[in-house]
Amino acid sequence: MINSTIRFLLNNQVVTLENIDPNLTVLQYLREIQFNTGTKEGCASGDCGACTVVVAELDRENNDQLYYKSINSCITFVGSLHGKQLITVENLKEKTKLHHVQQTLVDNHGSQCGFCTPGFVMSSFALHKHNKTPTRPQVLEALGGNLCRCTGYRSIIEAAITTSVDVDDDSFSQHYQTTLATLTELQKLPAPTLTGNSHHFIAPKNIDELVYELAQEPKPILVAGGTDLALSVTQNLATIDKLVYIGNVKELTNIEQTDTEIVIGSALPYSQFIDVLHHYYPDLGEMIERIGSKQVRNTGTLGGNIGNASPIGDMPPALIALGATMTLHVNGVERTILVEDYFVDYKKTVLKPSEFIKSIQIPKPTANQTLKLYKISKRFDDDISAVLAAFFIEQDSDKKIINVRLAFGGMAAIPKRASAAEAVLQGNTFTKESVVKAKLALATDFQPMSDVRASDKYRMTVAQNLIEKCYLELQCHVIETRVVNYA
Amino acid sequence: MRSLINVVKGDAKKIFSNTDKRVVNGQSNVGLGGVGRSKKHESADKHVAGEAIYVDDRPALRGELHAAVGQSIHAHANIISMDLSAVKAAEGVVAVVTVEDVPGHTDIGPVFPGDPILAIGKVEFVGQPIFAVAAISYDLARRAVKLAKIEYQVLEAVLTVKDALAKQHFVRPPFTMQRGDSKSAIANAEHQLSGEIVVGGQEHMYLEGQVSTAVPTEDGGMNIYTSSQHPSEVQKLVAEVLDIPLNKVLVDMRRMGGGFGGKETQAAPWACIAALLAYETNRSVKFKLSRVDDMVMTGKRHPFENNYRVGFDRKGQIQGIDIEVNGNCGYSPDLSDAIVDRAMFHSDNAYFLDQATITGNRCKLNTVSHTAYRGFGGPQGMMTIEMVMDDIARYLGKDPLAIRKINLYGKDDRNETHYHQKVEHNNLSELIDSLEQSSDYQARRQEISQFNANNAVLKKGIALTPVKFGISFTVQHLNQAGALIHIYTDGTIHLSHGGSEMGQGLNTKVAQIVAEQFQVNVDTVAISSARTDKVPNSSPTAASSGTDLNGKAAEAAAKTIKQRLIDFACEKYQVTPEQVSFKNGHIIVGEHTFSFAEFSQIAYMGRVSLSSTGFYKTPKIHFDRASGKGRPFFYYATGAAVSEVIIDTLTGEYKTLRTDILQDVGQSINPAIDIGQIEGAFIQGMGWLTTEELVWNEQGRLLSNNPATYKIPAISDAPKDFRVTLMPDAPNREHTIYNSKAVGEPPFMLGISVWSALKDAISSISDYKISPVLNTPATPERVLMAVEAIKANS
Repeated sequence: MINSTIRFLLNNQVVTLENIDPNLTVLQYLREIQFNTGTKEGCASGDCGACTVVVAELDRENNDQLYYKSINSCITFVGSLHGKQLITVENLKEKTKLHHVQQTLVDNHGSQCGFCTPGFVMSSFALHKHNKTPTRPQVLEALGGNLCRCTGYRSIIEAAITTSVDVDDDSFSQHYQTTLATLTELQKLPAPTLTGNSHHFIAPKNIDELVYELAQEPKPILVAGGTDLALSVTQNLATIDKLVYIGNVKELTNIEQTDTEIVIGSALPYSQFIDVLHHYYPDLGEMIERIGSKQVRNTGTLGGNIGNASPIGDMPPALIALGATMTLHVNGVERTILVEDYFVDYKKTVLKPSEFIKSIQIPKPTANQTLKLYKISKRFDDDISAVLAAFFIEQDSDKKIINVRLAFGGMAAIPKRASAAEAVLQGNTFTKESVVKAKLALATDFQPMSDVRASDKYRMTVAQNLIEKCYLELQCHVIETRVVNYA
Repeated sequence: MRSLINVVKGDAKKIFSNTDKRVVNGQSNVGLGGVGRSKKHESADKHVAGEAIYVDDRPALRGELHAAVGQSIHAHANIISMDLSAVKAAEGVVAVVTVEDVPGHTDIGPVFPGDPILAIGKVEFVGQPIFAVAAISYDLARRAVKLAKIEYQVLEAVLTVKDALAKQHFVRPPFTMQRGDSKSAIANAEHQLSGEIVVGGQEHMYLEGQVSTAVPTEDGGMNIYTSSQHPSEVQKLVAEVLDIPLNKVLVDMRRMGGGFGGKETQAAPWACIAALLAYETNRSVKFKLSRVDDMVMTGKRHPFENNYRVGFDRKGQIQGIDIEVNGNCGYSPDLSDAIVDRAMFHSDNAYFLDQATITGNRCKLNTVSHTAYRGFGGPQGMMTIEMVMDDIARYLGKDPLAIRKINLYGKDDRNETHYHQKVEHNNLSELIDSLEQSSDYQARRQEISQFNANNAVLKKGIALTPVKFGISFTVQHLNQAGALIHIYTDGTIHLSHGGSEMGQGLNTKVAQIVAEQFQVNVDTVAISSARTDKVPNSSPTAASSGTDLNGKAAEAAAKTIKQRLIDFACEKYQVTPEQVSFKNGHIIVGEHTFSFAEFSQIAYMGRVSLSSTGFYKTPKIHFDRASGKGRPFFYYATGAAVSEVIIDTLTGEYKTLRTDILQDVGQSINPAIDIGQIEGAFIQGMGWLTTEELVWNEQGRLLSNNPATYKIPAISDAPKDFRVTLMPDAPNREHTIYNSKAVGEPPFMLGISVWSALKDAISSISDYKISPVLNTPATPERVLMAVEAIKANS
């Protein structure tokens, strides 16, 4: 059954969208259709956070609770709002009284030109909805995707750190139960669709519906978070004829654990699984905290990060090092392959027509296994890696390396293992001498390129040095070796 | 010592710091909002609620069109032919114009010619606008411009400073400032050193991109709503392009979402093109640049390549120096003459150079024309001499702070600059001593040595660097301002001035000044847009001069009305002027007390004019460029910063751990706003020298053309421990507005402390024997390469 509208709550009002081009972003919808200009366009590419809005949705685990998350409205297609609540900066104020997160920003002189301010307000609002007493690190994590060019951030941090007292009094808390009920009802509707300007959008609710859509012509483009795909529309002025949004597909948005594996649905946003991964692999949790920004982690997915086959995606090298597998699905047939085997060449993969990534399986660690991850970029917050190094090392009781996988991003056209360097280490103990040899071997594994982020020389030097760093860290756990831990 | 004027009593000795909760939490907002209070930004409540209206937020007028331009794909080429038929036929397109359609001036160079509004037969940088389109939507306009078929004859492009120097390819002639005989002084000195440095440019990255809307008026004129630091120049250029008198063009500028110099000249082209299309179509036209287009088509901070040769004695005191600064000006003069001048004026920073020769070259390259950016060349000039300080220190095996201190300008001697201005009221020695103490510099230097001895991978560094920045436009005529004040019969005040609000709190400060004059609540002083029909012939809001100039002009206007009120009161109530006073929202006339509102009504009934203009021009300044001598600056703003960093010697990654700043803002008009300016400027300066890297490819195309590839500081880059204090009890000895000092630009250059601290950390690997070359921006890559260079050396 098909539902030919998109329905969601805009603040506390139900709105129905029909006959609107599904290539429209939430930002364009707000500014050009609703004339709500409080939400700003700074870059239209998800890099500055000026357009941040908050989306409330039914909590994945507890359906009687709302989950508030900040997103970049500039790279979110409007269809993905179905069944959710969209909260914008104009609606935080109660008559003339500013919301707590607004008032503290004023009190701390946290706005100068004011253009980034609505975005900061919304990121802070989402943070305080779940955490009334955020610590400094939590504030930095929540606001890392909001750029301010005027203040230098000190005042904004102090404002956001201020304990919220009356967040429960805002109109969204007052309408909490109504919102829950409305969203629950909207979720029960059949798969929503949107058609406008001869472009189509559909959001299937389960794998069967998704398989059906994939069989149709013209072939649709799958979108989950859309944090990369939307750029083709906002930056390259492309239009997509048919978008199939997989963020509502039940089987793709699960997370399950077996005794040996963590199984993550391909369309599940990072923020929904970061804690689980942090628990098993602290380095991985910390690295994911540096993927994109909070807004990107709230919508971006593992399936997207792997699926677009970028040589500079951060998750593929980590997953390759971990020996993770992925399950692909085409028309009822599933196959499971190593993530490592997914990538063929620059932006080329083994994915067949109509096939999609269903889930990613990450093995749980056993004793004597170590995962070391290093993300090298110009900036700690919201930056793309020049080099991402992922080292998985398993040692026996004599410290002999019995299993090693050194995977890199940014060093080749695809995320790739360093087989020559691995061969140096495999079966040996980690020593200064083996580090020197592995560094030399690495130079035969890769011929990295120079681009806007780094030179070939830097990429190679830093990749080699990271092997040395890994060695030093395994030798001594006491001395701090990472600058990022001072940030 | 000159007597102080207008000093607000009571707070003179108060210390304002960002660690003082009363300042940072706005609790000093109580009472009347006059001068010296931490009044919140006039738009703060609107900013946080999404209610502040920027140009792009204005409701579209009926039939409003959207503009886009077709851009050059070559750095230097002749245009052989242009086929725009597909553009004209594209969906939604209403008008297409080329330079042939311009009724008036085709060159919109702000000072010197060289900037065609649309290409005239040739292109000189990748991204240069060639033709313009008006269409019914933003997206349709942007799509249409891609359909042009343009045939080029590609010409040789100059894409490096070295190449431009070799070819003597300049946008303006070279210029030298000289004091004494530097060649002999260097030769006769005990020690000599030389070096060179490449200083990167900087993208402004104002969060609100360039945007203008042009609305045709009934008499053939044009109303322009723009995000510009220089509304009067927009007015003039639009009038010239359309060949209409200036009185038919009205420019309205309510607020910018950031400017930083990037909207001084660079806002005008888009306003002119919007006006041209509005003139063609007789419809309202909005021109908003996409972020990528903005980054590709608008000028940036000038990259520089500087070199020096210095002679010094065994203590490290400079005897003589030759400095050459080579600015990459891009393809046209724009403001480059004055920018390279300012780099030359600031090649001394805070130090007495004794015998000095400073040469400045204005290199012409086939890139976008570089432009004003906070500091206006000053920061690039200072980098050379700060490099010299570090180099001398390592050479002599001394702490760079000791070298900096002994080279500071003296009070009674050693106090003349290389452009022959006497450095007066110099407080840097005390300021540095105070900061050295409060930041615990010496003890931390010891701790850092200890840390570095115990850590193989991570190393720490620390540096204290000062700033002395000259305040005034070095182009004399710009040092003027106007204001217009109306008092209405309910006692509320409307204030207009020639300055533009870009977030710096100018409107707030000027309102405070007017409120102080009348002793009324600052909330009764309304400021709306800067409009060219309210205050004519205004200067750009630039050179940190906004409050100095416009505050004085507003004060003058207020004084005029105040005098009228006093005269009227004396006449009506038969009192002497001494018996009339303004206090706490009231006017006291002998035995009578009136509220300000009551007395405004009485004065109106008494037929007193309650409206006045005010005017100000900066005194004392002069500069003779032919001889390179004069007093270009009314006064100097000073400050210093101590930054501590940690670097990773295996990856080049780093982090600023702590920064302490002591800044002299004179008698602060608004401590919270001044502290905000200092914090923001410091972080922006740090970004310039660290992560913000502009990359052009070998064809002259900008690769770092969006915020995914160009990284300004984000929230985690702010030092966790960040202490900013305003120098207490330091009223400006010159007669500035309430004895305050300019604050917009000077603290930007405190970011140099981070760069110097990074070098300190790198130098630690050589046991401080080598002064590493660290070109900027000092990205993790450059830091690692500097580390590797030292490792290879030892």
